[in-house]
Amino acid sequence: MIYDVAVIGAGVSGASTAWRLSRYQLHTVLLEWRSDVGFGVSKANSGIVHAGFHHPLSTLKARLEIRGNLMFEALQHELGFPFRRTGILVAAFSREEMVTVHKLYEQGIANGVPGMEMCGRERLLQLEKKLNPEVVGGCFAPGGGTIEPYRYVFSLVESATRNGVCLKCDFEVAEASRAEDVWRIRSSSGAEVRARYVVNAAGLFADRVSGIFGAEEFTIRPRKGEEYLLDRSSAARPERVVFPVPGAHSKGVLVIPTAEGTTMIGPTSDAVDDKFDTAASAEQMQRILSHVRNLIPGVSPRDLITSFAGLRPVMDNEDFYIALSEKAPAFVQVAGIQSPGLTASPAIGEYVKDLLKSAGLPLLEKVHFAVELAPRHEVRHESPAALDRLHSGNPAWTHIVCRCEKISEAEIVEAVRKGHTTLDGVKFYTRAGMGRCQGGFCAARIMRIISRETGIPMEELTKKGGNSRLAAGRLGDLPVNTAEVRGGEGA
Amino acid sequence: MIQEEKYEVAVIGAGAAGLCAATVCASAGRNTLVVDREEHPGGILRQCIHSGFGLRYFKEELTGPEYAERVAEKAERAGVRFRFGTTVVSIRREENGMLAITALSAAEGVRIIRADALILAMGCRERSRGNLAVPGSRPAGVFTAGAAQRLLNIEGILPGKKAVIAGSGDIGLIMARRLTWAGIRVEAVVEIMPYPAGLTRNIVQCLDDFHIPLLLEHSLVNILGHGRVEAVEVAPLSRGVPVTERKFRIDCDTVLFSVGLIPENELSAEAGVELNPATGGPLVDSSYETGVPGIFACGNVLHVHDLADFVSEEAEHAARMVLRRLDGSSGGSGQFPVRVESNLKYVVPNRFLPGCGTRFAFRSLIVCDDGVLEAEQNGKILLSKRFSCVRPAEMLTLELPGSLLKEPGELRFRLRKGEEI
Repeated sequence: MIYDVAVIGAGVSGASTAWRLSRYQLHTVLLEWRSDVGFGVSKANSGIVHAGFHHPLSTLKARLEIRGNLMFEALQHELGFPFRRTGILVAAFSREEMVTVHKLYEQGIANGVPGMEMCGRERLLQLEKKLNPEVVGGCFAPGGGTIEPYRYVFSLVESATRNGVCLKCDFEVAEASRAEDVWRIRSSSGAEVRARYVVNAAGLFADRVSGIFGAEEFTIRPRKGEEYLLDRSSAARPERVVFPVPGAHSKGVLVIPTAEGTTMIGPTSDAVDDKFDTAASAEQMQRILSHVRNLIPGVSPRDLITSFAGLRPVMDNEDFYIALSEKAPAFVQVAGIQSPGLTASPAIGEYVKDLLKSAGLPLLEKVHFAVELAPRHEVRHESPAALDRLHSGNPAWTHIVCRCEKISEAEIVEAVRKGHTTLDGVKFYTRAGMGRCQGGFCAARIMRIISRETGIPMEELTKKGGNSRLAAGRLGDLPVNTAEVRGGEGA
Repeated sequence: MIQEEKYEVAVIGAGAAGLCAATVCASAGRNTLVVDREEHPGGILRQCIHSGFGLRYFKEELTGPEYAERVAEKAERAGVRFRFGTTVVSIRREENGMLAITALSAAEGVRIIRADALILAMGCRERSRGNLAVPGSRPAGVFTAGAAQRLLNIEGILPGKKAVIAGSGDIGLIMARRLTWAGIRVEAVVEIMPYPAGLTRNIVQCLDDFHIPLLLEHSLVNILGHGRVEAVEVAPLSRGVPVTERKFRIDCDTVLFSVGLIPENELSAEAGVELNPATGGPLVDSSYETGVPGIFACGNVLHVHDLADFVSEEAEHAARMVLRRLDGSSGGSGQFPVRVESNLKYVVPNRFLPGCGTRFAFRSLIVCDDGVLEAEQNGKILLSKRFSCVRPAEMLTLELPGSLLKEPGELRFRLRKGEEI
C-alpha cells in the first residue's frame, strides 16, 4: 500500500506528529529503527515541562515551548501519562546571579508565561523548604512541571496506533527514492515502505536521514547530559523543580522531583563526537553532586540508585529546524529538537501537521476518533479494596513481581502484550526494575513472563533489542575445561 | 472481599531467620504465621547450591537448599502456618494498637493480617552498579552476583561466556567458582580494598583453586559496550584514588557486582521503625524489639551476617524474647544504651537491660591477627576477649553474662590491636 505520510523516528517529535495525524482520514506509518519507541533521545531526558522563560520569542523553540506547555493538561486527561505541574523555581546565590534572574523574569513576562513571579529569599524558602538557606532570591513559574517522558511517548504511540497509525520498529532507513510523487523507503534489512509525504524526526540522525532523501545538508551535534537518580525514600526530594541560574549553553544542573516519586539530579551539558556515547563518568557525577548540593544540601550519594546519559541533538544555531524541505519534495524536517523539545512536542505535532497541509496533504477529520486511552491500573496507585476487585477479575493483579516499585504480573503481561518484549521495554512501560534494587530480584522473573507470553526462549531475550542479549545460552551449552577446573572439593 | 485474619505472631520472610524464629514461637504454642513472596520456603538459600552451610547449627556440612529444607521442616513440624506467594505491601499500627500488615497474593487477593507481635525477617538485597555509580555505558551483561546466581542455579541460564567480578564479597567469590564450573571464564575479581571482602575459606576454595586472579586495591573505572558488555577498564588505586594512567582493559561480556548487601527495611521505615545508619537495620534493644513496640527484627534485615548459622541462632534468641513479651514481661523500659568506639563499625543490640545476659554482635573496621575486644562501663572494663583473626568480613560476638552487666549506665565496646603487632 501507499501511505499518505511516513514519519521517521518514534521519539517525542515523531510520536506527537503521528498522533496528531491519526485524527485525520490518512494512512500514516511510524518508522523506528530501535526495538521500541522512545528509546533514543526521548528516553534519557530530564522529564521537565518547561515554563517558557528560558528562551526569547525570536526563536521557534520558545514559541512552540509556550504553546506546548499549555497543552499538557488536555493531553494527560486523554492519554493518562504521569505529569504534575510542580512549578519551577530558579535560585540565585549572588547579586550577579540576580541580574540574570531579572532578565529571565522579564523574558518570561514578555513571553506571556502565566503567574511568573520574582521572589526574595523568604518567598523562595516558603516555596521550597529544602532549598539551601543561603539563597538570596530568584524567580518562580507555577506552570512548569515534570513528566515521565517515555510514558508520554508510549501513550502517544498507543493512541496513534489505536487510531490507525501503523508502527514499524526495527526499521532503519537506508535508502530513499521518489517516483510519480511517491517516496520509496527501504530499510537496512530490505523492507520497503511507500509514502507520499515524509516527516524526518530522526533525532540525532536527522542529518543522515536528510541526506538519504537528498534534502538539506546540515549537521546534528550530540551534546551529552548525564543524570543521576535518587531513591524515592531520599530526604532531598524537593516539592518543585529547582534550577540554578543558567549558563551560556544549558539551563544548568537541576534537582527534579520526578512525576513518579523519585528524585533526579542533572543534566550535564558537554559536546561529544560519538552519537552512541551515552556513558556516564565519575568526574561528572562529582560535578553534579557539588552543583546540586549548593541548591539542596540534603542530596546524598547514599541515595543513588542509578545513572544514565542522554544526547541532545543540537543544530548549529541552537534552534529547532522545523520546515518543509526546499530541496526534497513533500519532505518535512523536524531536526535539532533539543531542550525544550519535550515541552514543545505537542505543538511540534500540530506545527508539522500544518506544514503538511500547506504542502498539499488533504486533512479530513475522522468521524470516529478514539480520544481517550483506556485508563491503566497500577497496583501502586490502587486502594486495597480496588485491588481486591481487580484480583477477582484476574489473579495476576495481586502477584507482585517487582517489589521495589510494587509492579504486578498483570501490569507486566499487559506491557508484553502491547509489544514491549525487551527487558527495558517492560521496565520503561511498567517501572518494573526501576527501583532501588535495579532489577536484582525481579529481572529473572520478568524474563520468565516475557518468555511465557511471547514463546521466545529466556536465553534469547534482549535488554533493548539488537545485540543486547541477556544470556549466552543454557547451562551445559559451554564446554568445561576440566584440566583447569581442579579442586573445589566437598562442593 | 478483603480477607482478614489474626495471629499471635506474624513473621515476614521465610529465609533462615523467619523460619527459625517462627519455629521457636510455634513450639511454645503460639499461633504463628510466616508470610513470604516466594512460592517455597528458604529465601535466598535456595539458590545457594554450594556447600558450607550448617557446620555450626546442624553440626554437618549442607548446601543452601538442604539447610533451607531442614529449617523449613522444623517449622512445619512445630505447627507454623505459611502463606507463600504473598507480598507484604504495608505494615501499620491500627487505632486499637494492633499491628496489621496488608499482603497481596495471586491465590487470595488482598489480605489483612493482624498480630500481637511482628517479626521482621526480610533479609537484605545486593548493592547494585547504580548504587556505586560505576562509570561507563549501560549494556546487557551487567548483573549483581546474586541475580546471576539465580539465573544460573534456578533458571539454568548462562549469564555470559567471559566474566569480570567487581567486589570480593562472598556471593561474588562463590559465583567465580560457579561460573567456572559452568564453562564461563572468569578473568579477574577486582577489589578496591587491600584485603578481600569475603571469607578467607572462599578466597582459597573459589579463587585460588581455580587460578582466578584477585586484584586487590584495584577499581573498575569503566564499562564498555553498546548492546552487550565488550570490556571493562580497571585501574590500580593509590590512596583510594584510581591511577587512570595505569588503567588496563579486560575483554569480557559479563560483569558481576558483589559489592555489599543492604538490609531491606523500606517496609520497616514506613512503619515508623528507626534505623541504624551503621547497619542499615533497625535499632533494637536487648529483646530485639525495634523502636515500635511489638515489632521485632532478626537476621540479615537487622544486620548483614557472615553465616546462615548465626542468622538462625540470632532468630531463635529473638523469638524467645518475643515469647517473653507475649507472656507479659515489660518492654524496653529500663534499658541503657550500647555504643561502639574505636575500630568497630557497629554493635547489635543497641540497648541492654541490667542483670540480663546478652550476646552482642560486631563488625570490625580493621584487619589484624591479634585483636582485643573490650566492654567498658562507667570507666571499668567488664570483660575483654582476644581474637586471633579479625577481618571486616567476619562477624565478632561477645557474650556478657548478667552477673557482669548489673549496673545501669552506658555500655561501650572497643577493639584494640594486640601488643605484639
